[in-house]
Amino acid sequence: MRRLPSLHQWLFGRQRDEQWPLVLGQRRIFIVPTAAGMLFALVLLVMLIGAINYDLSLGHALIFLLAGLGLVAMVHSFHNLFGLRLTPGRADATFVGDLARFPLLLENPRRQQRRALELSFSAQPMVAVDLPAEGSVTVALPCLAQRRGRLDPGRVTLATRYPLGLFRAWSYIHPSWSCIVYPKPLQTPLPPASPANTADHRQGDSGQEDFAGLRPRQLSDPTRHIAWKAVARRSDEQALLVKQFAGGASDELWLDWSLTPPDRDSEERLSILAGWIMLADEGQACYGLRLPGQQIAPATGSAQRASCLQALALYETGETRDAA
Amino acid sequence: MRLRPPQTIDQAAVPWLLAVALATASPHAEHLPPWLSLLFGAALLWRLWLWWQRRPLPPRWCLALLVLGALAAIAWQYRSLLGRDSGVAMLALFMALKPLEMKTRRDALVVVMLGFFLLLTHYFYSQSIPTGLWLLASCTLLTAALIRLHGGAQPLAAIVRQAGLLLLQATPFMLILYLLFPRVSGPLWGLPQDAHAGRSGLSSEMAPGSISSLILSGAIAFRSHFAGETPEKADLYWRGPVLDAYDGLTWRVSALAAALPRKAPVVESRGAQYSYTSIIEAHNQRWLLALDVATSLPAGAMQAPTLEVLAREPLRARSRFSFASSVDYHANRAESAAILQQSLSLPAAINPRARALADRWKSRPPARIADAVLSMFRNEDFHYTLRPPLLGADAVDEFLFGTRRGFCEHYASAFVFLLRAAGVPARVVAGYQGGEVNPVDGYLIVRQSDAHAWAEVWLAGEGWVRYDPTAAVAPSRIEQGIVAALPEGEPLPGIVGLDADWLRQLRYRWEAANNTWNQWVLGYNPQRQREILSRFGMPNPDWQSMSTALAALCGVALLLVTVWTLPRRRRVDPAQRAWQRYCVALARRGVTRAAWEGPLAFANRVAVERPQLAALTSEAARCYAALRYGRGDSEQLLVLQECVHRLPARWRKSA
Repeated sequence: MRRLPSLHQWLFGRQRDEQWPLVLGQRRIFIVPTAAGMLFALVLLVMLIGAINYDLSLGHALIFLLAGLGLVAMVHSFHNLFGLRLTPGRADATFVGDLARFPLLLENPRRQQRRALELSFSAQPMVAVDLPAEGSVTVALPCLAQRRGRLDPGRVTLATRYPLGLFRAWSYIHPSWSCIVYPKPLQTPLPPASPANTADHRQGDSGQEDFAGLRPRQLSDPTRHIAWKAVARRSDEQALLVKQFAGGASDELWLDWSLTPPDRDSEERLSILAGWIMLADEGQACYGLRLPGQQIAPATGSAQRASCLQALALYETGETRDAA
Repeated sequence: MRLRPPQTIDQAAVPWLLAVALATASPHAEHLPPWLSLLFGAALLWRLWLWWQRRPLPPRWCLALLVLGALAAIAWQYRSLLGRDSGVAMLALFMALKPLEMKTRRDALVVVMLGFFLLLTHYFYSQSIPTGLWLLASCTLLTAALIRLHGGAQPLAAIVRQAGLLLLQATPFMLILYLLFPRVSGPLWGLPQDAHAGRSGLSSEMAPGSISSLILSGAIAFRSHFAGETPEKADLYWRGPVLDAYDGLTWRVSALAAALPRKAPVVESRGAQYSYTSIIEAHNQRWLLALDVATSLPAGAMQAPTLEVLAREPLRARSRFSFASSVDYHANRAESAAILQQSLSLPAAINPRARALADRWKSRPPARIADAVLSMFRNEDFHYTLRPPLLGADAVDEFLFGTRRGFCEHYASAFVFLLRAAGVPARVVAGYQGGEVNPVDGYLIVRQSDAHAWAEVWLAGEGWVRYDPTAAVAPSRIEQGIVAALPEGEPLPGIVGLDADWLRQLRYRWEAANNTWNQWVLGYNPQRQREILSRFGMPNPDWQSMSTALAALCGVALLLVTVWTLPRRRRVDPAQRAWQRYCVALARRGVTRAAWEGPLAFANRVAVERPQLAALTSEAARCYAALRYGRGDSEQLLVLQECVHRLPARWRKSA
């Protein structure tokens, strides 16, 4: 197929699908016999020769019934996809090395269930799903994020071998899908925080050592902030206590490109920055990000984390980040 | 939603595949060597245990050793690996061992394909109605196993229902292909030696006891259907091989008949002709059991100089033949000298007492000699029995002057011996006598238990005349059949001995069903296909026209199945339909409801944009909202449906 690009394009199309929900019609569904289907045909042929040779009338009947079964299975495989409604959803950002998950809503308007639908991006893990009658399922299609930036997973192959595995019916769906891939965070200690509204960087002890007090633990608190000694002293209490640090509240933490080791390559430096962002976010610190040519003002929370990581993801990819 | 590598087999599907193996191979236990059946059972149990305990499968080398060992044993048992039976044994062996290395879905598919193959091999041994039903059940199981393999876990009933639906939809294709697929009469190449083993019927020899062992079988030899009336029972002599060579013990078909120039016998019919169709079971011999004596032969058959009808090839499959016969005839009034000579020959120096008796009759005319023998049988102390005493070297002497108990073969043999010894050309004819009309379908059924032997004497001016010495001893054998003729306490042929009326009725129905099955399913050969197709308006079907019709009908069937499985349209609520119609009508008048707009919001917008439609739209919207979201009644539905008609006509829109 590769050698015939025009035929391939004519058959399968290259354009992205724009109209949603997409209803699978016969123009979009392809069907060919599988290896098992070929084996089945071969077995039938050998059986037919045997039946003719030994003059087995009932053998003829069996072979013809099985041949009919093969034809019917083809129709059923086709109908397992026919009329399926598909709507893509938005994919959440992910890190390099993780699986990006692209949600796709499958709706079955029919009063029979559809079984064993297999969806995958090319060369990616496959998801199998059964659709109940007149029901819908959202599948999260996995795609391995290998590079930072904007990930285009390509088209989805939606295939089925149901009911008998003799035929494979498939269809290609190509939504305008993308997902931001953040650099893989590299675990290194945070750079020192600086006092609010000052740009100079304090040397020496880290902001994490400015112990400010104890408070009950929330789920977002990292385990290494748990004050185990304090917890051990308070026998009556069930809730864990965490140490609160002064750096998070009052100081500004600037995660600066220039603080990363200049001898590493830029991808690694971005990874270090990503690691800092994760650490700072875990510690609920107020942090800002400085990259050559751009700066994100200090803030806290998941929105800050997302916009900082996105800035890293799209750094020098020729794309500007989305308005957060 | 599940993530799994596509290749490994779902462990919960393993019992399905074991069931496939069991269902397709277990009926073969009847003709497989016992050790193989045991190996099969043990292998399946082993696999089941491994599955139950979630243990790993045995290593490959262990299975390879097992296969090699078992193959060697099969080769030793059958003396070959290429025959039909050894082939079946090998398939069963593979079916037993393949599940033990079944790890991937591919292996499971191989098991199912082996299953399909094994299903076919059952028909080497039986093609009866129960086998046909077993076919359907097994096919359902195999299809269900495939569905289970490819569709994941579902309730058992759902899988079986789906398999049944698929098979039901496949049935039209089966019927079309069955009727129209151009049949080739096999075999395509030489069959292995064991291909036609175990066919029973008359043989070309008659030794003492050969017919009485045949007679214990209730198996059907052939069925006949007479176009007009059926002849008298006493006239129903179905001619088999003519045995004209005697060696003192055994009567045989002489080599003479085959050596003679192919001269058709001369048969002068003297009475009514009966035309009939016979469906003759395979008996692996050439003779076709025509009513004595055939006057019109089926195509491809010939009449031997000794009057029996012969097919070109031994009858290897149940076949239909059409004959006409006359029961009142002169046959071969001018007989060739060679045949007459053969009909006088006797081995020298045996049965001296019988020869002496015959010598005393030599001076009489031949017909009187025959009558004398018959009256001896009739008047002296001769008995008809299935369990005659054993006879020695001078068998005829011992029978005539000693035991005097015998069966048709003894009487025919003694009769012909005496006549030949008295110088009258005579010969033994083997065949069947009588038959039973099945009232359900009107077919005359002739069983192996109707096997009979009688004598033929050549009388100058009359040709060959039939004499049945058994009739002299036990007239009821000819008039009523074997059961009436045998003395009480004799072992009876199994099915023939059934006396109870309801059992007899049941048997008639079963045999009529079998007959239909045989004619439509089993006897559907190239010739029958031509017959039937010409009845359906294909006067001269050749393979091109059959293929064309086949393709066309299959296309139509495929279309029908496609339409059948087409997604059913969801039933639209009548209120929703009426509202949609109203909205479409409004859209034609320039106000289009957006997809997200609720009925009341839309009505408000219409009130602003088209004040003249406000009241009507608001009424429709309220009705629809009540029907859809509240508790609307049928009156509101009517109002809603009317609203579309109350809209002003479109041409007034601009006004």
